[in-house]
Amino acid sequence: MNQEIKDHIRNSLKKGVRLDGRKLDELRPVELETDVLSTAEGSAKVKFGDAEIFVGVKMALEKPYPDTPDDGVLMVNAELLPMSNPEFESGPPSIDSIEASRVIDRGIRESKSIDTKSLCIEKGEQVWSISVDVAPVNYDGNLIDMGGFGALAAIKTARFPEITEDGVDYHKRTNKKIVVKKLPIPITVCKIGDSLIVDPTEEEESLIDARLTITSLDKDNICALQKGGDYPLSMEDIDAMVDLAMKKASELRKKLEAL
Amino acid sequence: MSELIAKDREVVVPGQIVAKGMDFLPSQGTYRNKENVIANRLGILSVDGKVLKTMPLAGRYMPKKDDTIIGKVIDILVSGWRFDINSPYSAVLPLKDASFDYIARGADLTKYFGLEDYAIVKITNVTSQNLVDLTVKGQGLRRLRGGRIIKVNCHKVPRIIGKQGSMVSLIKDATNCKIVVGQNGWIWLQGEPEMETLVYKAIKLIERESHTKGLTDRVKELLNNKGGKK
Repeated sequence: MNQEIKDHIRNSLKKGVRLDGRKLDELRPVELETDVLSTAEGSAKVKFGDAEIFVGVKMALEKPYPDTPDDGVLMVNAELLPMSNPEFESGPPSIDSIEASRVIDRGIRESKSIDTKSLCIEKGEQVWSISVDVAPVNYDGNLIDMGGFGALAAIKTARFPEITEDGVDYHKRTNKKIVVKKLPIPITVCKIGDSLIVDPTEEEESLIDARLTITSLDKDNICALQKGGDYPLSMEDIDAMVDLAMKKASELRKKLEAL
Repeated sequence: MSELIAKDREVVVPGQIVAKGMDFLPSQGTYRNKENVIANRLGILSVDGKVLKTMPLAGRYMPKKDDTIIGKVIDILVSGWRFDINSPYSAVLPLKDASFDYIARGADLTKYFGLEDYAIVKITNVTSQNLVDLTVKGQGLRRLRGGRIIKVNCHKVPRIIGKQGSMVSLIKDATNCKIVVGQNGWIWLQGEPEMETLVYKAIKLIERESHTKGLTDRVKELLNNKGGKK
């Protein structure tokens, strides 16, 4: 991006103003819709301002891994689709898309919010495998937070398909849902100069000094962290970032609890 | 007998027959097929005497000679610069139109325009093959330093400017910002950060509600409420 515009954004941030008029700790207007894709067992459409993503949950019967014979399988995949931004290219996944997938996955996995034992059908033989796909259709920054939020909404509203003698009948859905015990919500707090901001747009993302994704559960438990950016963070920075992330996560959590 | 089928200022879709008979003439966004004049764009039909055209509601900027636009340098060529002009076609600023100085052979062209720089430029020529030529020689044309760019639908630009520039002067006076509106839908502005966001909000309001009545009053209200000068 143009260096002068970068300087301009930095100078505005020093005065506490962001280009779209938001406060530093303000999220864009959040819109959430669930059950939007008929071919997926669970789905969500998430909009943060102009940024828009779809999340789909597919379920399949698979053989479990030998070391966890009675655990279901969870997979999260996020892609930076060329359709969503002219900067993205097709081909093998980029570092950023791998990072987004892994961080969203880590939040859900390490919080143990999904009871993987309940996904077991026959120990060592058959378990449900749940794959979550995050697809941006209009990329405008902050994919991790949107993806983590959308993934939970899609998992929470997903319903298992019916099992028949020939396998799975995807046309028929049961009323059984995945047991979601906790709601791990990732919030990325970015440091630009001395300012801490949340929910960066694409423009702001391009001049981040450091960022910290904090995935937190209710009652202020942290279940995953991811640091990015070239600059280090001090203890005070991290304290402030964690406090901010907790506050923002509880705002988003309310929307998910309503589902 | 000629007959106008769609009304003036009606929304028409591609393929729709807007008039029958040889008394009507197709113009931009319409074409003739035997007796029929047919729309080839989604837009509002405008009937000017016998001439029928459609004004598109959305879509990219189509370069037109003598338009003043804002462009971004995307490539430095042997003898000029290539600009992104928010259009399907890129534009070229040749060396001879870039500066009043003498530019020696082999000079470092980034001294005049570097990659990703924005500039206010004027279109000097558009060929039948849509090759676009630019100039920065002329009143108000220059490289932009500082400030920020906002991007809007280029078909809303006339509303943002207003009659004889009334809307944009209203915003300028209330916020003390420098504003340049390019015909291609890119707008440059520079001022105090709070005021810049106010300009951003006002322009987005105009873009969103450009088709409604009493827009000027609502813009005034927004500017007054959010701390602009009266």
